[in-house]
Amino acid sequence: MNRKQKRNLIRICIAAALLVIVNILRHVTDIGGTPGFVIYLCAYLVIYLVIGYDILRKAGKGIINGRPFDECFLMAFATLGAFALAIIQRSGDYNEAVAVMLFYQIGELFQSIAVGRSRRNISDLMDIRPDYANIEKDGSLVQVDPDEVEIGTVIVVQPGEKVPIDGVVVEGSSSLNTAALTGESVPRDVREGDEIISGCINLTGVLRIRTTKAFGESTVSRILELVENASSRKSRSEEFISRFARYYTPAVVFSALALAIIPPLFAGNWSMWIYRALTFLVISCPCALVISIPLSFFAGIGGASREGILVKGSNFLEMLSKTKTVVFDKTGTLTRGVFEVVAVHHAAIDEKKIIELAAHVEGYSSHPISKSIQKAFGGEIDLSRVSDVEEISGHGVMGKVDGKTVAAGNMKLMDRLGIKAHDCHSVGTIIHVAYDGSYVGHIVISDVVKPDSKAAIAALKASGVQKTVMLTGDAQGIAANVAAELGIDEYHAGLLPEDKVRMVERLLDGGNKLAFVGDGINDAPVLTRADLGIAMGAMGSDAAIEAADVVLMDDNPMKIAKAISISRKCLRIVYQNIVFALAVKFACLILGALGITNMWAAIFADVGVMVIAVLNSIRALRTRNT
Amino acid sequence: MKKTYKIDVDCANCANLMEQAAKKTAGVKDASVSFMTLKMNVEFEEGADEKRVMKDVLKACRKVEPDCDIEL
Repeated sequence: MNRKQKRNLIRICIAAALLVIVNILRHVTDIGGTPGFVIYLCAYLVIYLVIGYDILRKAGKGIINGRPFDECFLMAFATLGAFALAIIQRSGDYNEAVAVMLFYQIGELFQSIAVGRSRRNISDLMDIRPDYANIEKDGSLVQVDPDEVEIGTVIVVQPGEKVPIDGVVVEGSSSLNTAALTGESVPRDVREGDEIISGCINLTGVLRIRTTKAFGESTVSRILELVENASSRKSRSEEFISRFARYYTPAVVFSALALAIIPPLFAGNWSMWIYRALTFLVISCPCALVISIPLSFFAGIGGASREGILVKGSNFLEMLSKTKTVVFDKTGTLTRGVFEVVAVHHAAIDEKKIIELAAHVEGYSSHPISKSIQKAFGGEIDLSRVSDVEEISGHGVMGKVDGKTVAAGNMKLMDRLGIKAHDCHSVGTIIHVAYDGSYVGHIVISDVVKPDSKAAIAALKASGVQKTVMLTGDAQGIAANVAAELGIDEYHAGLLPEDKVRMVERLLDGGNKLAFVGDGINDAPVLTRADLGIAMGAMGSDAAIEAADVVLMDDNPMKIAKAISISRKCLRIVYQNIVFALAVKFACLILGALGITNMWAAIFADVGVMVIAVLNSIRALRTRNT
Repeated sequence: MKKTYKIDVDCANCANLMEQAAKKTAGVKDASVSFMTLKMNVEFEEGADEKRVMKDVLKACRKVEPDCDIEL
């Protein structure tokens, strides 16, 4: 509790105690007639002022500033009205007016504590902001504000500390906990020369890092900025509520007025109808809705960010929950985006020998295909064994390894050399290898599917996504293969980047909400064109963070289904709150109009609904088992 | 020119009122208030004196919500 809340709590206690004392006094002593009437009126008025003076003041200011329909005014009007009724009827029952004000204040206090607590919960969860950076000065470590560290400075990160600024490790090795950024619980190992992003927690060894970015441009700052600004983009449900609140309160006030005037014109009994009208006013505050809906979204966005899913606004969280079509870019999203040797066929000599020969003859090349063969070989490439290398563009490479001719390339190369090669039916890139003038087999290289892709597609289907589509620039055969393996409904191959935009536009015509998932590399136009752009594996990639609406920090496709289920849960909570709060309000309004309920019940309903709605909102924060 | 200020306010509706008041203040191009993070993002107009503008913003906010505060 902060100071203001404590002060209000004390006020509530004093007022409640006074109320009890005055009521007891009234029972034991028996001062009748006019003196008694005046004394008790004064006593109750004092308690009323103790508990409600700030409300009265705010109500007065509201009228002066031309905003007559705020909740303070309504509370003030309803309670003063109840006082006036009691005076006119000479019933002497002022308890109601004072008690309503008292409960209203208790409700406000409760709300303030609940909201404050949930706010703290959520911000704790996003507490990845580093407070300081260590730099070495004259042989000792000095803590400085990370904002003051210039690019290229060497900072020291000790075990247990957060990496404050993006950079490159210049000394030391350690494992990093990236859970706060990616939701991934397995630590990541880093050594000298590795790039490191801010926000990770250093677990084991001391690291010296040369910064490559300023603090403000570092990953951690960008993420925090993104999440904190997320709530400023309002969702349709939030807009609905603020629009609703704008009409709801005046509508209730005018119906209260009608209730106070019209029935008694025909039936008489003015004071009863006025009392019922005042009950109306107590229920007219829409605070349960106004507070719980943004809180739900805030909690949902906070919970998602803990899983490494950054949602840029409540509107995108809402969109995510309505997504019916998910379009994937293939390379880097469903597949790893790196080429790997998957097989060696028709080997006339040892398979390892074939790869060794190919790796050596391609030893000078940095082409991705060559790299993948070198990687498959695994050992050190001894370039002194290689001579007379000739690269034949569009065909492959020829050269001598250990003095004997090796040719590695496509069918055209084999034809050119007059060597008969076996055609291959596998999908992927085929490298035929000839050794010493004769064919020894071919190497199959292809982009491998991520291990989780198949499960991710299934999870999306299970969570209610109706259609999955894959777009790729690759050849038909490869695309068909991957689509079949993963269980994707529709695929389009051989697309240029602009074709992808056209394809997405055609799918958008279907009317279903469409999300496009890409790795952020040259698919920015498509990301912006889709209803919802999801960039994955975006850790450190500024362009992707800029273009996308939802950013997945790591490149695990399972996170897409996770993001959808988090958004569904959040929206479910939002709708629960809207329906629940409105149902209780309308029920109270009807019961109040019929005179079945009184002001006491009305204020209880009002405060109770609000507290339940706030507590319900907090559930959106829990994402582990969604 | 964009800046973020810490604010103190009690209810969500009051935060919305503050946002509207800030938006209408001269020198402010756009403003948004997040009740959840208790922050106000203000985008100033070209060449506006941010300190003076923020004083006006605070004054305008106090008018709609006497209990609020902006850490300047």
